[in-house]
Amino acid sequence: MLAGARVAAARERLTDLDAAIGDGDHGINLDRGFRELVRRLEAAPPGRDVPAAVLEEAGRALLGTVGGASGALYGRGLQRAGAALLAPGGGDPAPLDERSGEERAVSAFGAAVDAIAALGRATTGEKTMLDALVPAHAAFAAAVAKGATIGLAAERAAEAAEAGAEATFPLIATKGRASYLGERSIGHLDPGAVSSAILLRALADAAADG
Amino acid sequence: MIALALVGHSGELLRALRAMVAQAAPHVPVMTAGGTATGSLGTSSPGILDALRAALRASGGEGVVVLFDLGSAALALEVALEELAALDRARIAVSDGPLVEGAVRAAVEAAGGATLAQVCAVADGERATPKLPPDWPDRPGGRAVAR
Repeated sequence: MLAGARVAAARERLTDLDAAIGDGDHGINLDRGFRELVRRLEAAPPGRDVPAAVLEEAGRALLGTVGGASGALYGRGLQRAGAALLAPGGGDPAPLDERSGEERAVSAFGAAVDAIAALGRATTGEKTMLDALVPAHAAFAAAVAKGATIGLAAERAAEAAEAGAEATFPLIATKGRASYLGERSIGHLDPGAVSSAILLRALADAAADG
Repeated sequence: MIALALVGHSGELLRALRAMVAQAAPHVPVMTAGGTATGSLGTSSPGILDALRAALRASGGEGVVVLFDLGSAALALEVALEELAALDRARIAVSDGPLVEGAVRAAVEAAGGATLAQVCAVADGERATPKLPPDWPDRPGGRAVAR
């Protein structure tokens, strides 16, 4: 819900960033998708105690309503994260799932990043959301390995995502609409990396509150 | 008979294209998935999945050729295809041909009783088919498609 509010607040900024090097609809598209996501989760909550079902439904909402490539990427990522929470044997957590909640979160986060990279045929350094998400997942996993709580690990992930998004400024875009601009994409932040950083900041703040 | 599924960003555009296709091949089933679930311009994987399943049923299980437009359409289509059972997935062929020309050409081929591979091949072939006559004058940069 917090993510939805943050996306709405950032709608103009994301759209302006996208207008500079893309087709100028990233903020509008994400805002539409997150409004629908919040509406669906409020209308028919899949059960707050079932994170996998929440992620699946949230992903489905984004897949159906964002409309652009970011909807397919974020939507698929959330669905894969939900699936990764479910250990073999089913259940959430499965009766035989010996992983801690933190370890399951690391694997779910990683599954989302992997799904986004696979669907987008992209890797880091190509001026995409992966430039925020990959370092964020690494920071999250490193924090958990050192015994951090979910809240602290999410804070480290948000910081890494924000640094990663800032670092897209000098890059040449080679994926998506921005790649049409070639060297003219240098000197702009990547809208997808910025929206990823906003979403992970919202996650960290929600985890700190909860 | 092979059915078509048209995938893109605008429901309006795809409904108009379906009407063009129907003029050329009135008996070929054509399903469309254009726009988002809330009616905006954009692509929707759940909407595409519904159209693919409806097209498969309409084809009597024979198969479906998919044509799509730009940008996120390929990503959304890929997500939808992953949701299908393997047997259904095997009856769907995605064409890399141009949406309008490919759809009309594919429908005419399907109406003649062609197989899934044949219908997809003619739609693909429209990529390399020049639209301008060979003696067309004064094209900046010369001819776009080699003859």
